[in-house]
Amino acid sequence: MARVSDRSQSIAERIAAASEAGTPLAITGSGSKAFYGRAPQGEALDVTGHRGIVNYDPTELVLTARGGTPLAEIETALDAEGQMLAFEPPRYGGGGTLGGAVAAGLSGPRRPFTGAVRDMMLGTRVANGRGEIMRFGGEVMKNVAGYDVSRLMAGSLGTLGVILEISLKVLPRPVAAHTVVLETPMGDVFRHSEDWLRRGMPLSATAHDGERLYVRLSGARSAVEDATRALGGERIDDAPGFWRSVRDHTHDFFTSEGPPLWRLALPPGAPLPALDGALFSEWAGKQLWLRSAADAESIRRETARLGGHATLFRGGDRSGEVFHPLEAVTLRLHRELKRAFDPAGVLNPGRLYPNL
Amino acid sequence: MSAHALFRPEDTRFQVDADRLIERLARVLPAEGLVVDEDARRPYECDGLAAYKQLPLLVAIPDTIAQVQEVMAICSELNVPVVARGSGTSLSGGSLPHPQGVLLSLARFNRVKHIDAERRLARVEPGVRNLAITEAAAPHGLYYAPDPSSQIACSIGGNVGENAGGVHCLKYGLTVHNVVELTVVTVDGDLVTIGSEAPDSPGYDLLALFHGSEGMLGVIVDITVQLLPNPLTKDVLMASFDRVEDGGRAVAAIIAAGIIPGGLEMMDGPATRAAEDFVHAGYDIEAGAILICELDGSAAEVADQREAVEAVMREHGATAIQVAADDAEKARFWAGRKAAFPAAGRLAPDYYCMDGTIPRKHLATVLQRISEISEAHGLQTINVFHAGDGNLHPLILFDANQPGQLEAAEAVGSAILQLCVEVGGTVTGEHGVGMEKINEMCVQFASAEIEQFHAVKRAFDPQGLLNPGKAIPTLNRCAEFGKLHVHKGELPHPELERL
Repeated sequence: MARVSDRSQSIAERIAAASEAGTPLAITGSGSKAFYGRAPQGEALDVTGHRGIVNYDPTELVLTARGGTPLAEIETALDAEGQMLAFEPPRYGGGGTLGGAVAAGLSGPRRPFTGAVRDMMLGTRVANGRGEIMRFGGEVMKNVAGYDVSRLMAGSLGTLGVILEISLKVLPRPVAAHTVVLETPMGDVFRHSEDWLRRGMPLSATAHDGERLYVRLSGARSAVEDATRALGGERIDDAPGFWRSVRDHTHDFFTSEGPPLWRLALPPGAPLPALDGALFSEWAGKQLWLRSAADAESIRRETARLGGHATLFRGGDRSGEVFHPLEAVTLRLHRELKRAFDPAGVLNPGRLYPNL
Repeated sequence: MSAHALFRPEDTRFQVDADRLIERLARVLPAEGLVVDEDARRPYECDGLAAYKQLPLLVAIPDTIAQVQEVMAICSELNVPVVARGSGTSLSGGSLPHPQGVLLSLARFNRVKHIDAERRLARVEPGVRNLAITEAAAPHGLYYAPDPSSQIACSIGGNVGENAGGVHCLKYGLTVHNVVELTVVTVDGDLVTIGSEAPDSPGYDLLALFHGSEGMLGVIVDITVQLLPNPLTKDVLMASFDRVEDGGRAVAAIIAAGIIPGGLEMMDGPATRAAEDFVHAGYDIEAGAILICELDGSAAEVADQREAVEAVMREHGATAIQVAADDAEKARFWAGRKAAFPAAGRLAPDYYCMDGTIPRKHLATVLQRISEISEAHGLQTINVFHAGDGNLHPLILFDANQPGQLEAAEAVGSAILQLCVEVGGTVTGEHGVGMEKINEMCVQFASAEIEQFHAVKRAFDPQGLLNPGKAIPTLNRCAEFGKLHVHKGELPHPELERL
């Protein structure tokens, strides 16, 4: 039996006290993404004790769980009903909590075809920087009552509130899946993916390791079989294992010793960036991983030239600008929003941007 | 509606020097772009919710983004409220003018700027009609997925403001899932880009926050949406059930079988008969409910799914199932559903369309309660709904010429929305809060939440000039409405004196 525990009140009280004293808090879950974002500062606020699935109704396609619930526990419950978290949250180091997945806003291989973590958000319960517990959204698919604070939480890195509870849209797990491997240059991934999608093929992931393109097809058995025949290519031995290694960064590209790891998010059809280093492509070419010793400024300039943005994902200087710098008006809106949720500035200060 | 007070004193606190405002705006707008004359302002006095009427102080109709920026800068400087408006099809009074403010019409922003067929993106101005995007994309074999029933008339800027849905959103998402970038004019006239063509952007997800924000955070002047390839194959099935509950169970079973249809819509018996009388779609007028199910994908996939869906429907008591033989028949099956609202107009002189969402498992109970509530007020309600996602649209039939019926319709509507909250749903699934449901917001949210909404609003609009009095109630309004969200036995708004 999974452990279930509601620590909402004690978390809220701790925040209220910190707010009064002006003590910064570093919200911590399993620590699987401790490397991500700017260096944490402040007293640890451990939320892993606040856990458990609160409600799961497969025919409503909705699951609600507390922030500290391990992803593995949620995925096991969904799997038993033939369902899944369609955004495939990464489980770096094999761990991760649901709250951490939402706060980091990271999505896995299926993202360009089914949606990101923010796309699946239906509702949240959060404790803001004053320690007030509030509920936004809910457990229904369509809801436009009030501002969409739930989706705002995705990717906010805990700077706006401690995520106590999350309601997510879940999806049926495809009945069939198959991965084919093709010899084609990395620069052609978008063009090929588009062609296959327009031909009705059930694409659910692409990955190019610099040498070969891996294409996952998932859906109705007939659709997967038809597409597999049309694409040709080779088989791989352990397709689920391969996609897990891409999702969780256990693939050789990510584990080898080397320069810092950058994540480049690019518009559809963008050419490959003119940057020194090794590239790994995902999301039909819209997410590139770059291992490069090049300086941050030149990486950002080249990525911005292509219409995208670059994040210093792992390694390098975690005290500088880890995320792409914001324009002046956008930065002002960010500061005002932060103040609206956390006037004393105690929740994960500086984790996303300096002074935020 | 009339029984509600529209604007409250705190929403109309502005001291506006109209002559000075006119003089300043006249310098930046083209001559025909500033409407001062009362007769010319009259057509703007209401939106799709015609029971609420309010003349704006002025109407501004800019031609360019630079003019929008100047209008906002002037209004900020002079502390004048602004209500942005596209096609004005809001069903919740979201674009109802403010008596002391400028109605900012974006009607001239009606161009599809660019269809990028290769990358499946469309860049459009906010006044472009929803359907016009799909029409512009059609020659490339592409379409824009969110399809509100008003898509022939409603504009995309308003779709973002309300996070509009439609028949296809169970599978293809709402507006928020299909818009990638916005250009926004802030309340003080700055221009800012929100979102990006890339899969995400750095920082907070302001793109999500703008969806459904009802014109309260900024003025949208440019929108990039993603387009989808037309499905290769589409099948439309129509099934009859003796009882709405059986149809509801069939819906749950289809989803439990792992199938997400492109569209899944239900009508109760009275709605079916009204639609059939109106469009002669061949609907089963003996049925207690009909379910329309659209499946799309590759030919093999659709064939597999159709077989599975038919089996599930029969297992859950379908008394008849028809599969549309050709495109004409598919269109006919849909025609009645899409014409359900005008069809209701033939049953009674007036009807009031509600919009709430519930967890689907409570469908039978909720429909039973709706019928009881309506009867208690001496009215009839017919039901059409997005069965796949639990979004209900009860149509309350009444005659405004009969004394008391308008107020009764309003009371039924409010009771239905409160019922939606009671079973774990929401007071609005896709029409927005606007002016119409602002009191019911007090039922769904406690005071800390309402205060947090106001704090979010202040982050973007510290003077409270954008669409004041809409979407988020003041705590004073909630106290006066007297319908307060009671959470764990604690009354919200304990800081307010009880009347």
